[in-house]
Amino acid sequence: MTDTSYTRLRLSLMLLTLGLSLVPLFALGFVIDSEFRESYGDKLTSNLKLVAHNKADALDVFLTERVVQLEMVAGMNTLDSLSNQQALELVFDTVHEASPSIIDLGVIGQNGRHVAYSGPFDLRDVNYKDEPWFHQAMLKGLYISDVFMGFRNFPHFIIAVKRREGGRTWILRATIDSDIFTGLVRNVQSGASGDAYLVNREGVLQTPSRFGGKVLGQASLPAYRPSGDVDVVRWTEDGTELVAGIAPLAHTDWRLVVIENQQEELSPLLRAQSLIFGLFLICALMIAAGAYLSVGSVVKRLQKADKARAAMDAAVVQSNKMASLGKLAAGVAHEINNPLSIIRESAGWIRDIINDGELGESTAVDDLQEATSDIERHVERARTVTHRMLGFARRMEPLQEDVDLNMLARQTVSFLENEIRHRNIEVECRFDQDLPLITTDANQIQQVILNLLENAIDAIGHDGCIEVETRPGDGAVVMDIADSGEGISPENVSKVFDPFFTTKPTGEGTGLGLSIVYSTLKKLGGGIDVRSERGVGTTFTITLPLVHVSIPGRQEESWTE
Amino acid sequence: MDRVRVLVVDDEADFLKLIKRRLEKRNVEVSVAPGGREALDHLAGQPTDVVILDVRMPGMSGIDTLKEIRKRYRETEVIMLTGHGSVQSGIEGISHGAYDYMLKPFNIDDLLERIRAACERARLKKAERERA
Repeated sequence: MTDTSYTRLRLSLMLLTLGLSLVPLFALGFVIDSEFRESYGDKLTSNLKLVAHNKADALDVFLTERVVQLEMVAGMNTLDSLSNQQALELVFDTVHEASPSIIDLGVIGQNGRHVAYSGPFDLRDVNYKDEPWFHQAMLKGLYISDVFMGFRNFPHFIIAVKRREGGRTWILRATIDSDIFTGLVRNVQSGASGDAYLVNREGVLQTPSRFGGKVLGQASLPAYRPSGDVDVVRWTEDGTELVAGIAPLAHTDWRLVVIENQQEELSPLLRAQSLIFGLFLICALMIAAGAYLSVGSVVKRLQKADKARAAMDAAVVQSNKMASLGKLAAGVAHEINNPLSIIRESAGWIRDIINDGELGESTAVDDLQEATSDIERHVERARTVTHRMLGFARRMEPLQEDVDLNMLARQTVSFLENEIRHRNIEVECRFDQDLPLITTDANQIQQVILNLLENAIDAIGHDGCIEVETRPGDGAVVMDIADSGEGISPENVSKVFDPFFTTKPTGEGTGLGLSIVYSTLKKLGGGIDVRSERGVGTTFTITLPLVHVSIPGRQEESWTE
Repeated sequence: MDRVRVLVVDDEADFLKLIKRRLEKRNVEVSVAPGGREALDHLAGQPTDVVILDVRMPGMSGIDTLKEIRKRYRETEVIMLTGHGSVQSGIEGISHGAYDYMLKPFNIDDLLERIRAACERARLKKAERERA
């Protein structure tokens, strides 16, 4: 698996994890938000309707109280008694004291003329027979007017009740203070941009609007179809979303309009939304971080496992290669040894003939002697090769004995002292004095060390340094044999343990030394590694377990005749 | 000392020809046989001091031939020859009663030395038997 594949895998896992975590999270967030918004909106609307309804009721009660007051005054007095100015003023004082919103009282005869009047204005001779409200009052018995300017030239409205007394009909009329009424309406206003006012059927303001609408001006309400109950109307004005609760009053055609700024009313919801959004963002970041870390960790472990498996596969391949080549080597060596014997015996026979003097004495005999020697020398060389091949192929159970690797290394170095001195090579030994003993086959380990030291000497040639170091490892002992030779080229490093691989000139190396070292160490439960740098040198690191236990069933193959 | 009588058993005819010539030159009486059965036939008719026996042969193998020789001719010594170059096949031969073994290719003088040593042992064994 390449690095790109791991990156792709990491990305896929990240996307999958994030998708499976974040999609439900955001779906949940969306559902919560929309449900919350809807229910909060519903609650605001019903609250607005309730406020409008209650206030309209309160205004109705106010008007009813005034009407009842007037009806009581009219019912408890006669036209004659109230036509008396002093008596009317006495009644007015009582009424005004009880209801300061009633700012005057007038008694009007059936001809429309003021019979008596008590109040701050001079209206005693005013005749209302042409006023529409007078006819309405005479007709219906009760009349509550819209707000109008009238003779007084300020916004007010009147309540008139009709009284039938014997054959006479008269009207008791009162002017209601608009300011008190406006105050009542304004109590309903809420928030910084809320508004509340009364409008009549034509949408004319009966009380002033908070934001510029004067009494008798036109209210800026959108058209809507009245339902007879509280209506809710929504619209946008100058980019502001407004909602109005419109409640009709029982005694008049007036409607109480309570306006709220939607955004302002929704601000607690928006604050909650911001909080929820923040929480969701934190959750998403935590999920992303968690996914990144866990996916990273998983992919790293996978990478490590793949690497270990690849190394194991390579080791198995190497081991199989060794086994196959071992069998091949054994067969080849055997087949070569027989003809070698014949060649050698043939040469020996020639030598026997020469030695018997059967050929006399001539220069040809000397040449023949030389040729025979050459044959024998090369047969010997070939024999060495076949014997090494057979040594490579041999699979014998190793001995188990306590071995001091330091001592073994020191002894092996001493075998090569003459060669080392002759080539002016310095050998530096750094042995760990506390190195534990290992249970292994001393002879085979000595062969391994000898082989590696011979290779190091060959790599250096003349004038150089070999470092031999031992140290304890994890349940094992480790030995480095480093030379200051030319080093091995990177393309050759991976081949050094292959059988028959050699960089030495033809005839000087069999290419079996390091593969024998490799298979010997594997057989003993150890291993070998090589690091090399061109121009710096090569280090072979061998590892041997403290105790090598042969596993039944995994006995190395052996061959028999 | 009488001439040593040696039987060389190997499936390589050239090898037999050469070894016969060279040993005869060294005053050894040499017979040859190309296989185990021929060797046993020869031994039935000719008294032999030492048999030089190749381990790997077609037909009757060296080890089987050795076992037969040991059964029939207790005073004849056997030296095994092996092309495997390993101690193991030699040891296998010795465990079945061979006197010694040699790895191919070998030095003729080394072989001669072993033949003589084998003869000496055969002689001692014979003397011991006669005493008994």
